[in-house]
Amino acid sequence: MPIMHETIRNVYFHVPMWMAMFTVFTISVVYSIKYLISGKPEHDLIAVECANTGVFFFVVGLVTGMMWAKYTWGEYWSNDPKQNSAAIAFLLYCAYLVLRNSIDEEQKRAKISAVYNIFAFPVMVVLIMILPRMTDSLHPGNGGNPAFGKLDLDNRMRVVLYPAFIAWSFMGVWIASIRYRISLIEYKKNAIE
Amino acid sequence: MLLNNMKKLALIIVLLISFIPVFAQQGQDVEMADTFRSNGRIYVVVATITIVFIGLAIYLFTIDRRLKKLENDK
Repeated sequence: MPIMHETIRNVYFHVPMWMAMFTVFTISVVYSIKYLISGKPEHDLIAVECANTGVFFFVVGLVTGMMWAKYTWGEYWSNDPKQNSAAIAFLLYCAYLVLRNSIDEEQKRAKISAVYNIFAFPVMVVLIMILPRMTDSLHPGNGGNPAFGKLDLDNRMRVVLYPAFIAWSFMGVWIASIRYRISLIEYKKNAIE
Repeated sequence: MLLNNMKKLALIIVLLISFIPVFAQQGQDVEMADTFRSNGRIYVVVATITIVFIGLAIYLFTIDRRLKKLENDK
């Protein structure tokens, strides 16, 4: 791609952010379901902290994407379908965090937000992964062709890119688990008082 | 009391430092035509990496503050 030049290296930083986000959001949904089955507050805490970490990767992914877009597409925000639907999905998860803070009663909060999370996740996946592909978009892999097709990506890049996906996903899981451990201590202390 | 003041000071310093990249980017915006678009736009990659690391640092700092609060409560 001629408009990319050296910025193709951004692929190693921009895309893994989204992969890390997907990983932690998936874990978040799994624990939301587990919470609804088991009712253990620990599962709720894991779901929340994973969602928190996911929102962080969301923001970093958006900002790096805007930086990249400015110098390849000419605008920070060019109303590309993928950009717009990513923004909507971001609001979805912001609403999740706001919803949690707005309910005081602990079990009610955990239950409602778990249900919301389970609904929000597939909507987010559809918004980011599926809808932009059905229209024309500036992002590669849209308008019918798969994202990392032969034309877009050299095989030598794959060798770097896929380990980067895994590494950043683990990074996200690590941060989420640290946050979970902190909030578990907070929770236990509140329970004693 | 002293510890509290020192914590406030440290927070102010951290916040001030986090503004430096903002100013740096403002400065580069003016001459972006020759800096950011030079050398096959490698500086866009540099900016992206900077954003990632600054974001990570800020996030870790907030987690650190949360843990500090917990430690101090005991």
